[in-house]
Amino acid sequence: MATKKMAIIATKGALDMAYPPLILASTAAALGWDVQIFFTFYGLQLLRKDLSGIAISPIGNPAMPMPVPMPVVVSILPGMEAMATSMMKAKMKKKGVASLEELRSLCQEADVKFIACQMTVDLFEFDKRDFIDGIEYGGAAMFMKFAGETDVCLFI
Amino acid sequence: MQFDKEFDASGLACPLPIVKTKKALADMASGAVLKVVATDPGSVCDMAAFAEQTGHALLEQSTENSKYVFFLKKA
Repeated sequence: MATKKMAIIATKGALDMAYPPLILASTAAALGWDVQIFFTFYGLQLLRKDLSGIAISPIGNPAMPMPVPMPVVVSILPGMEAMATSMMKAKMKKKGVASLEELRSLCQEADVKFIACQMTVDLFEFDKRDFIDGIEYGGAAMFMKFAGETDVCLFI
Repeated sequence: MQFDKEFDASGLACPLPIVKTKKALADMASGAVLKVVATDPGSVCDMAAFAEQTGHALLEQSTENSKYVFFLKKA
């Protein structure tokens, strides 16, 4: 049986959107798949050594379950994003959901290839020293070479 | 059922029971049996799918005191 392949484009850097690429990549790798994730735009935040800045916002997120109904005007108050983020993280921990750091390490241990989009690294003037080790830098053509051979290709 | 190694995935949510089961199997010999205990209800379908895709044999799956118990024979 030929090794299956999956390519993911991770474009989002919010807490809730950080999970799907890392969950699917670590799972596919556990199934023996060859996996690459191309991190571009806000997805690059997931490659930072320090992930403590990854947050979730109740603003513009009407589907987010709240312990009490919260008017939009309340959710724009200072500190609400930090509060929502710490509540979400506490809930995840309680329910046995892995931290982003743990999922990312599991991906790297399982040889998931992480590619940072060079163009957006330059655009946002990110310092490569802030990113984790073991990642590659590349562009769209590099991604397409692998993506063209995959069984599953996702844009998240 | 006899087993060679046990992995307790209790309290872990998707995808950790699967990803860590794969890690638990890594240092085992072909034909050895791994017992996995999980509390994630999603692990019932996931473990079957994991076994099917990796070639490890899911010898038995049962539910004991709201825990899900699996016996996997390494391919």
